[in-house]
Formats: sequence, C-alpha cells, structure tokens
Amino acid sequence: MRHLLAFLLKHYFILLFILLEVFAFLLIINNNNYQNSVILNSTNHLTGSILNTYNTAFEYFSLKYVNNELAEENARLHSLSEKSFLRTDTTFCYKDTLYKFISAKVINNSTNKRNNYMMLNKGTKHGIKADMGVICSNGIVGIVTSASVNFCSVMSVLHENSKISAKIKKNNQLVNVVWNNIDYKIGTIEDIPTQIYIHYGDTIITSGHSFIFPEGILIGTVKNYLTEKGESMNNALIDFSTDFNNLHYVYIIDNIMKDEQLNLEEVIEYE
Amino acid sequence: MSNIYLKYTLLFVLLILFQVLVLNNIQFSGYVNPYLYILFILLLPFETPKWLLLILAFFLGFGVDIFTKTIGMNAAASVFMAFCRPSVIYLLSPKQDFEPGIRPCIKDLGFRWFFAYSLILILLHHLVLFYIEVFRFSEFFSTLYKVTISTAFTLILVILCQYLFYNFKKI
Repeated sequence: MRHLLAFLLKHYFILLFILLEVFAFLLIINNNNYQNSVILNSTNHLTGSILNTYNTAFEYFSLKYVNNELAEENARLHSLSEKSFLRTDTTFCYKDTLYKFISAKVINNSTNKRNNYMMLNKGTKHGIKADMGVICSNGIVGIVTSASVNFCSVMSVLHENSKISAKIKKNNQLVNVVWNNIDYKIGTIEDIPTQIYIHYGDTIITSGHSFIFPEGILIGTVKNYLTEKGESMNNALIDFSTDFNNLHYVYIIDNIMKDEQLNLEEVIEYE
Repeated sequence: MSNIYLKYTLLFVLLILFQVLVLNNIQFSGYVNPYLYILFILLLPFETPKWLLLILAFFLGFGVDIFTKTIGMNAAASVFMAFCRPSVIYLLSPKQDFEPGIRPCIKDLGFRWFFAYSLILILLHHLVLFYIEVFRFSEFFSTLYKVTISTAFTLILVILCQYLFYNFKKI
C-alpha cells in the first residue's frame, strides 16, 4: 500500500495528465455526434468482423433448430403475404410492398444488461439505416440505432429507452410496451386507461403508428394485470413472444414510405 | 500575493471571453482560426505547481468548449499543452534555475527564448486540437496545413499581446 502511494506521488503529474485527457475524451465522445459516430462505426467494423468469424464457427450447432424456424416462418409468410400490401381504399391496391423485409443474422446479442444491444450482419451496403425496425419470426426484436458498412447495431426491446407503440388486439386500445428489467421474458405495458379490462392471455400487437413497425406484429400475451387504487392508468405484465435469448435470424423492416409519412407529419406540425 | 491571483483570474476570464466573442467569429478564408486563449498557459509563473497547471489548463479549455459546443476538444488540447510545458522549458534552458519573480515573457527572457517557447507549445496545442476536430488521418495534409497557418496567426497575436503589455508597464 505504501509503495502504491509512493508510486502515485512520484508520478502524479503524468497520472493526472492521463486522467484529465481520458476525461476530456469521454466528454468529446459523449457530447459530439460526429466523433461519436466515427468511434462507433470503426469499432463496429472491428468487433463485427471478429464476432462474425466466431459466429460462423458456431453456426453449425444450431442448424437444425434454425431450419425448423425458417420452415415455420415460410409457412407463416405464405399465409400472410397479402398483409404487406398497402390498401389505400377497397378498389386500389398499391402495386409494390409498403414494407421491405431484409433478412439478417444476429452475430452478437445480450439479454442480461439493463440496456441491451445486438449486432446484425447487414449494414449500409444492404440499405440499412438508423430507425428501422427489427423483428423475428416470433415477434418484435428492436430498432436499428446505427449502421456501418457491413454491420448494424440494434437497440433491443430490452432497453431503458425502448418504448413500442402497441395495441390490444381484441379492442384496438393503444398502449405502450416498455421493459422494466424484470426478466428478459417479461415486459410491461403502461398507460392502460382504467375503464379498459385486460384478461390473462390477451394478445398485444404493434399499432403501426410509429412508422417503424408495420401493424399487427406480435409482441406478447398478457400475463398479469396490476391495478393500483387511485391511479388513473394501470400497468400489466406481458410475456414476450420473442425469445431474446435465442435469436438467430431476424428481419430488418424498411418502411419505403417513411420519408413521405414523416414529411407529411412535419407539414401538419407547421400549420 | 493576492494581487497575482486576482490578475491571473482576470486574465483567465478575459481570454476566454475574447476567444469566444471575438476571435471565433474571425475566420480568414475558412482556414485560419487563432486560439489566443492559450496565452494564459504560456504566461503562468514558473513556480506554478504542475498539478495546478494541468487543472487550470483543463478548465480553460473547457470554458472555451462550452461556448463553442465542442465539449472536451479544447480541454484535451490545452491539457496536453500544459503537460508539455515543463519539458519545453527544460529543453530551452536546461541548466538555468529561474529566480523568483521572473516570468515567461519577452521582457524577462528575451524575444528569441519566448518565440521558441511559444512556437513549440502553440504548435503542439494546435496539432492536438485540429486532429481531434477532424478525427481521422485520411485528411492528414489538409489538416496539417490548417495547423500551420493557425499556429502562425496565434503566434503573431501572442507576441503582439506581449508588446502591448510592455507599453502599458512602461507608462
């Protein structure tokens, strides 16, 4: 201990210098968008290629499971394919799809932190941009936060800032789905008006109001309804339909009309 | 003694204000942006404790940063410059022990000494600052060009200030 103190005293000048520089760099990276994105992109590039190699090596072990999953997914898509067409009225059907699905592989994922991120093997080269939704065959997964050339990082639903606009399937009531760090299997729906009754097993789906996720993507089912006396809004717990601990292939959703929708919204705000 | 503290506090505030209100609005041909505020680090007395040097440099840079919305960049460059200052002084006059009362300025140590001393430190500061700002090496030479030009301008301003102070003292 005394040696340590002597060492610190002897070299305090250079140690203080390093401390202040590290602090300054932390400030730079946290407060300046440009520097932050450069760091994020270059580290994305490096960690992405390492994790990608690791993943290719271990991919074979889960092939059987993945095959099953893909077959199920195919079946589901066959039965639902009409859903991705935009109907503006009953006689007119938009010729192209409104949402483009880009398949991607999860190469890094976490579920045990307060704020979880995952990395996918698709990037700007494949048309990925920030704020695209990510789903898997069972339900929603998260939102793309940044993309480098070959990879992108995704803010998982298991994140402090994640707030998904959702609705109760049976009566179309709008609610918000958040994650309160209980368990990676369990989410919370907030802001349920007290006059609405929710029962065990009710299905929660995306509302399609956010321009990120299409309408009707499964989020989960109600597990437990919490009523608090005197509160005007109630909360409920849901079981996520997505198994966040077992994600292999996901789909990134590109909303082709997003710019148009956002522009229109801006126009409304100005008026 | 308190007179010195007051003087340097005033200099600290004045230099930051002059930097953010006047100099940052002057940009000749988009390349040149003199950073006169580091004059404060140049002028600190020789007997300033080293830790105080670093801390003061940090807050000086940070003060400029909060005005220009480049949080941390000027702070990092100033701290680096303050870190180099003792070595540069040793380099320029290795065997000389400065008598108390002698300060790093043209009046006490002559034009050549002060010119070399300021040139090295300003160049170091500008190198760090501009490369942090650009944050990549692919534009190495255009950044170096900016560093050179801005260093020249800052140096001219620093020496001009010296002569201004001279005259005031003689009166």
